[in-house]
Amino acid sequence: MAELFMLFVATMLVNNFVLVQFLGLCPFMGVSNRLDTSLSMALATTFVLTFSATLSHIIYHTLLLPMHLEYLQIITFIVVIASLVQAAEFLMRALSPLMYQVLGIYLPLITTNCAVLGVALLSVREFSSLLETIVFAIAASLGFSLVLILFSAIRERLSASNIPEAFAGTPIHLITAGLMSMAFMGFAGLS
Amino acid sequence: MNNKRILSHGLNLGPESRPTSTASIMNHVLLALFPGLFAQFYYFGTGYLYNLAIALFAGLLCCLTIALAMTSTSEKALSYASPTPKHRFPGSIARKNISPILLDNSNWVTCVLVAIALPPNMPILIVTVAIVSALGLGKYIYGGLGQNIFNPAMVGYGVVLISFPSDLALWPPVIEGLSGATPLEQLKYNSGQTVQELTAGPAFGTLAGQGWEWINAAYLAGGLYLIYQRIIGWHIPVYLLASIILWSAAWYDMGSSLSLGSPVFHLFSGGIMLGAFFIATDPVTCPSSTRGKIYFGLLCGSLIFIIRSWGGYPDGIAFAVLLANLCVPLIDHIHNIND
Repeated sequence: MAELFMLFVATMLVNNFVLVQFLGLCPFMGVSNRLDTSLSMALATTFVLTFSATLSHIIYHTLLLPMHLEYLQIITFIVVIASLVQAAEFLMRALSPLMYQVLGIYLPLITTNCAVLGVALLSVREFSSLLETIVFAIAASLGFSLVLILFSAIRERLSASNIPEAFAGTPIHLITAGLMSMAFMGFAGLS
Repeated sequence: MNNKRILSHGLNLGPESRPTSTASIMNHVLLALFPGLFAQFYYFGTGYLYNLAIALFAGLLCCLTIALAMTSTSEKALSYASPTPKHRFPGSIARKNISPILLDNSNWVTCVLVAIALPPNMPILIVTVAIVSALGLGKYIYGGLGQNIFNPAMVGYGVVLISFPSDLALWPPVIEGLSGATPLEQLKYNSGQTVQELTAGPAFGTLAGQGWEWINAAYLAGGLYLIYQRIIGWHIPVYLLASIILWSAAWYDMGSSLSLGSPVFHLFSGGIMLGAFFIATDPVTCPSSTRGKIYFGLLCGSLIFIIRSWGGYPDGIAFAVLLANLCVPLIDHIHNIND
């Protein structure tokens, strides 16, 4: 139990996928302009990421590994992720059509979110038990969601402030993301 | 009372009311820093004067550069606006930009905070990098006073802490001839000693580390003066210190060899009092509502204890404040100014 908790903290904060490992930066920069869109993006990504890592783990250990087809892992995982994104899209369209419109291209682009494939690949390499994989995936997606939501709140404030012309827009967002990453280095060595 | 109005609306300083009232607030802050400064000089010697001199000089140069950069952009904007060059007075524009930056006392407070957060006798390079990051990256890139997300002094300190970690671990011993580990580090890496055995050692005084306890007590006195003068609210420091007491009491373990230290020890070690009263209470980078301030204080205190006890850094003030700062827009979004 304690080990799972440590794994959770280490994945969510110490090795945060966005701010420490720099995976999943495209949605981090792309959909963080408003708090409500980032909230639903966080939910959608959490859904896709958790289920894709779990399914990938099961497929890897029941099909690929016994048949010695490990070299097919990337293509298999991508298919799993793409179909889950499709499912998320259907769900989103049914539950909140407005959000579906607002998220637009970024919803199908979860497929290319490198954090999603990264979690699937890392978890089959690192963990043999399904429980560890699930905890790892949930922690990774919660870490992603946390950072995305905090960043979008910051961006809403930045849009109201008087940034010098040379730094307005993307430059100040990248600088802010860098400073956030620096703050997250404070978690380094947490054990 | 003018000061109170500004602090309750940390973000929404009107452009006209800024210079004079902020200046008077920051004069009080500088005054309140004096007991702590004196205690640090007493225990660590003239190394701090050296730090301060470099920091203030670097701050002056940095402010002048920023003012010049702002002048050149506004000159360009002016030349676009009026094609006839005789209406432009570059000198007056420069003066118009330089004087508010130099008269903005919060810049000098930032410089002083960076200088006293660093160990004494730092190389010129490190102090300069810290000051330039603090003022440039922490404050003026965001548009100057009242616009920044992160506490400028802690941005500067954070940048040098992750860039020069070994230099920043060089705290000189308070007593001659003692090894260099600070009391916090000794507690962290205690080799199976109980707290009582540890605190009997020569590096420890009555409450916490020898010297450190008095430095913290001096900053506490300065902080109480600020609260008395209504320069800072009491919520953030009180909730910050309360959360540290709660965490350390929960893990005190009656002083066994696995103990993380007593509440009193944690309150009077490292930079707690400086952080609680002077850094976390920065009106620009803390939440504006009272409830938000309570959450901010609790978050800061918890993060300080977590990083200090289980993290890789001996003290966690800078990272805890930066991490709490990046939650402030969300806290403000949930509890806006009106409640």
